[in-house]
Amino acid sequence: MNRLRGKTAVVGAAYAGVGSSPGWTSMELAAQATKKALDDAGLRLADIDGLCAATFYHFFPTLTVGEYLGIQPRWSNSDTVGGSSFLSHIAQAELAIDAGLCETVLIVYGSTARSSRDLNGLIETPETEKLYDPMVPVSGYALAASRYFHQYGATREDLARVALSARQWAALNPDAELRDPLSLQELLDAPLIASPFSKYDCCLVSDGAAALIVTRADRAKSLRKPPVYVLGNAAAHWHREIAQMPDLTVTAASVTGPAAMSAAGVTHGDIDVMQLYDAFTLNPILFLEDLGFCQKGEGAAFIAEGHIQPGGRLPVNTNGGGLCFAHPGAYGLFALIEGVMQLRGEAGQRQVEAPDIALIHGNGGTLSHQATTILGTGNCLD
Amino acid sequence: MATNIGPMAYFQEQLQKGVFMIQRSRSTGKFTFYPRAVEPGTGSDELEWTRASGKGRVYASTTLYPRRKPPYNISIVELAEGPRLMTRVIDVAPEDVQIGMEVYARIERDLKEGQQGAPVLVFSVQPEARGVQS
Repeated sequence: MNRLRGKTAVVGAAYAGVGSSPGWTSMELAAQATKKALDDAGLRLADIDGLCAATFYHFFPTLTVGEYLGIQPRWSNSDTVGGSSFLSHIAQAELAIDAGLCETVLIVYGSTARSSRDLNGLIETPETEKLYDPMVPVSGYALAASRYFHQYGATREDLARVALSARQWAALNPDAELRDPLSLQELLDAPLIASPFSKYDCCLVSDGAAALIVTRADRAKSLRKPPVYVLGNAAAHWHREIAQMPDLTVTAASVTGPAAMSAAGVTHGDIDVMQLYDAFTLNPILFLEDLGFCQKGEGAAFIAEGHIQPGGRLPVNTNGGGLCFAHPGAYGLFALIEGVMQLRGEAGQRQVEAPDIALIHGNGGTLSHQATTILGTGNCLD
Repeated sequence: MATNIGPMAYFQEQLQKGVFMIQRSRSTGKFTFYPRAVEPGTGSDELEWTRASGKGRVYASTTLYPRRKPPYNISIVELAEGPRLMTRVIDVAPEDVQIGMEVYARIERDLKEGQQGAPVLVFSVQPEARGVQS
């Protein structure tokens, strides 16, 4: 168990403008999410003395957000590693708070990926790879899927079951974008975009913003909502571009999962609910395996047994995930927020029964950066 | 083969001349691609240039279906020397590219619209293309 277990807590969590928000800028949406998260916590903007941010559009995201909000943080961090950046931010914030560099950290993100049709923002593709016209990022994940199919005999039907589960969860979430039921056959009949993926295997392209507020555990107790404690974090990255990934079927989640669980002092059987960053249907299969919930090559069979869908014993992506809830360019902060909502019992129809421990796994780049965060209720600190 | 330009520029310069060069570490004997100033993992700067065999196998492959253009292939090829690279496999329908296929390097000069003349390393399924022109 790590020394920092339970020393910081999430006290505010909110999203804004999720789905389609034409006519709004990413900073405007981020500011709305910030206001909602502050209200959620019962804090004022003046209470924020630490800031983390990462967007696709701003070279200096913390400077831009800090100026926009009119705050003067004592500490800030803009680790930018893709969709998992915000899990890295939680880990950095935990350290900064423990070191006394700041007390209350705002982690914020905003995007107009849908309305601006700017999916990649400042993200560059190497000159040596641009020449081949890859569709970034879908072709990278499709290449990984091709390798996974080759090595483990997986099929499009295995991917479709991930999409089906996401739909079932989304049907229970009034904020989710894609809530209409779909049949397995409809999924399999959809035309390919990048083999073996059809559009149903790809996450949404949404607008939206999210904000999370983290503070010292002793301060968290006096705030509006029950604190959600940070129990453990781990992050690792092994490559940037997919062609340099050591093994296309094994992600660095195989390191971050065990490390985060060890830091949190929990085992697989303790996890009540999980959010696994589903940029593509392949991802939850890889992450279930790499995080150790099943053996390599058995993720699809595990999903086919119904464990991750509503009513299953290991609920995964309970808001509908990036596939069906929303995916505004980067999804990590939304995955964290769903974990917080579940632990607070605020998830409405999709609420998992009295969870105490949530595992949130983030992914950045093309399976490049992996980060695992374990959150828990006050029951975990006894 | 000491050069007075960086490894990426040297690689491109050779490709422009029709030669596919690859780096090998003098200390470990391992090959490196893409071209780098130090060997990844060891940090060794004893990288020397050698002519690539041009042989490889498809490691991963996808067919992309853009809205207004014909489908095309993107593959990761594992070179006989070990490193992998992103590329396109040609001389075969994109859907027929299979993982494990033997492929042979070729330098294509009109792969990308608007960039005619720029040399691009692609891989053909045709063995006669094996000898990269030198």
